[in-house]
Amino acid sequence: MGAQAHAEDHHHDHPTGIRRWLFSTNHKDIGTLYLIFAMVGGIVGGFLSMGMRAELAEPGMQIFSDPHYFNVFVTAHGLIMVFFMIMPSLFGGFGNWIVPLMIGAPDMAFPRLNNISFWLLPPALALLVLSLFVEGPPGLNGAGIGWTAYAPHSTSGHPGPAVDFAILSLHLAGASSILSSINFITTIFNMRAPGMTLHKMPLFVWSILVTAFLLLLSLPVLAGAITMLLTDRNFGTTFFDPAGGGDPVLYQHLFWFFGHPEVYVIIVPGFGLVSQVISTFSKKPVFGYLGMAYAMVAIGAVGFIVWAHHMYTAGLSLDTQAYFLAATMVIAVPTGIKIFSWIATMWGGSIRFTTPMLFSIGFIFLFTFGGVTGVVLANAGVDRVLHDTYYVVAHFHYTMSIGALFTLFAGWYYWFPKMTGYMYNEFLGKLHFWLMFIGVNVTFFPQHFSGLAGMPRRYADYPDAYAGWNLVSSIGAWISVLAMAVFFYNLVQSFLAKRVAGDNPWGEGATTMEWSLSSPPPFHCYEELPKVK
Amino acid sequence: MPELRPDENQRERIRPGGVRKTHNRFVTFGLFAIAAGMLGMAYAAVPLYRIFCQVTGYGGTTQRAAQAPDKPSEKMITVRFDANVSHDLDWRFVPVQRTVKIHIGEQKLVFYKAENNSDHPITGTATFNVTPAIAGKYFKKIQCFCFTEQTLDPHEKVDMSVSFFVDPGILTDPDSRGVKEITLSYTLFEKKNGRKTASDESKHNNGTL
Repeated sequence: MGAQAHAEDHHHDHPTGIRRWLFSTNHKDIGTLYLIFAMVGGIVGGFLSMGMRAELAEPGMQIFSDPHYFNVFVTAHGLIMVFFMIMPSLFGGFGNWIVPLMIGAPDMAFPRLNNISFWLLPPALALLVLSLFVEGPPGLNGAGIGWTAYAPHSTSGHPGPAVDFAILSLHLAGASSILSSINFITTIFNMRAPGMTLHKMPLFVWSILVTAFLLLLSLPVLAGAITMLLTDRNFGTTFFDPAGGGDPVLYQHLFWFFGHPEVYVIIVPGFGLVSQVISTFSKKPVFGYLGMAYAMVAIGAVGFIVWAHHMYTAGLSLDTQAYFLAATMVIAVPTGIKIFSWIATMWGGSIRFTTPMLFSIGFIFLFTFGGVTGVVLANAGVDRVLHDTYYVVAHFHYTMSIGALFTLFAGWYYWFPKMTGYMYNEFLGKLHFWLMFIGVNVTFFPQHFSGLAGMPRRYADYPDAYAGWNLVSSIGAWISVLAMAVFFYNLVQSFLAKRVAGDNPWGEGATTMEWSLSSPPPFHCYEELPKVK
Repeated sequence: MPELRPDENQRERIRPGGVRKTHNRFVTFGLFAIAAGMLGMAYAAVPLYRIFCQVTGYGGTTQRAAQAPDKPSEKMITVRFDANVSHDLDWRFVPVQRTVKIHIGEQKLVFYKAENNSDHPITGTATFNVTPAIAGKYFKKIQCFCFTEQTLDPHEKVDMSVSFFVDPGILTDPDSRGVKEITLSYTLFEKKNGRKTASDESKHNNGTL
């Protein structure tokens, strides 16, 4: 930046206290806020999942006075984990922190827009939590509508205001994501350092770019669909009510037109992230860089034309099912390219099994497994049997839940030294990984068996025949809680021990631009734009 | 991975208010337009979805015709009749005949009985489709009570007619050749003052579908 920019620095030099955080326009501070917010969301969402596993640990009703409350927990768990945990951490948190550093930009294109993107989220989470405590169905509190909020259950089934709270919460979270997507796309298109062409951008930046486009195209459709729900509920419209000429299946189409790209929104930043980690700790450039970048673009594009594979049982014609079956299977091709290229990156590399590397390899294992069950579920005929069973629950937790979570932890341990300047405790990191890996597999692997045996989702109780694997699943959930305790202990311990990490603790494998900065990076960096060769 | 290092010799400067700022505004305007466009598409999906179903017979949406073909086919088909009433509508609603066996292409008139059990006049509106869904595009109605709303006075009883035929095209379509039986199903709802209903619309484009 020139002299004028330097003069500006003096008056917005380095605000402190509440001004620094509430009015923040600094991409690193906003990234930190996103990460802290995601931890809060994760704790709330994790508490809800433990409620569900406690209820399902044995047959009969354990902790819920009414089965409706189980569905309230399911709904809030899903929405919080998607909108207030995974998205704020992978897309908002690491995206804000790392993307400008990787492309050599001094900050995001619209720092104030960035501020409002973040500060829309706390009220959104507050609205969702409030919905738990106001009336939903007559005489009961909370919205038990699932994250899909299908009409008519979310319209005539819940006359109380709980669903309205949840809808407004999604409106705010959606507005936040649309604004930050616009910000990311503009930043990546316009603010790359000289020489940083699109085809030289690190894969993490590519993944954020693809994710931002997915959000920009899909979220307005969700906003429209839930606004229709809201007006159907409160203002007498009949978009989804046959009594006025509407059709509830239309809601399913609109929701899944958003919902399917949304699951890629959750996982694609992780794709980019593990590419960086695996390349760093194999001390090799990513195998097939362009293929990796365009595989993400292809997954994003095809992700928009497969939505009805969530609706095989909703009365689609045979030809329609055949199309959505085939289109869904096609997604396995670019995904396979990515899995292959990660393994090929490791092949012949000088591999170091640090904590982030372990989480990345764990992710490849989990995601491949979830991908295989996804190909099974893509078959319309098989899905008739497995639709809405625990097999589906196991499938999507392997991919978008624990798959995405493992990339999140990989990124956390990978960039923790960069973001804080301190080294985490490697032993505790590895302990966290192994406990987590065992915990999530013990939780979700048996759910394949329950699902194949016909156990349906979204019920608080089950016949005795399903008792065994459900107990195993609940034990696995407690192991994961233990793993999370190790994670938080490691976090606190790392800040207390103050082991200085240095600019680049990972050595020559870490080639992206953020490692050329100090750790933590200065409050304002790249005031002189770097030149990329 | 490209080699990356800060270059001390060639210092690029962002000109304040220069090219990039204009460019930013341009890109951002475009992105906001895309978001607004997708929101518009979500609302446009409502009429488009209805038109799609009406035109293609998707989900067993029946078709309309002015008259039956002159020469019915020799082949016979069974048509079953089903009636449902929304739980908040205090009407009795049943088909007079459960099944009819007709020639394909033959025009047939059947009746449903409806009775208002309540003490006040109620306007009802019907949704309808046929199963198997593939038969939707070959099931053609010439006249149907479902084309208009029905208002019944307290305890009034009416016979409501449906005149239809099954298009001989059903015999040549490889997907529907095997269909031996079609079920026509109605569900009656109390009319809500919302958007225009299917029956409202059909008043305007009578016989065009």
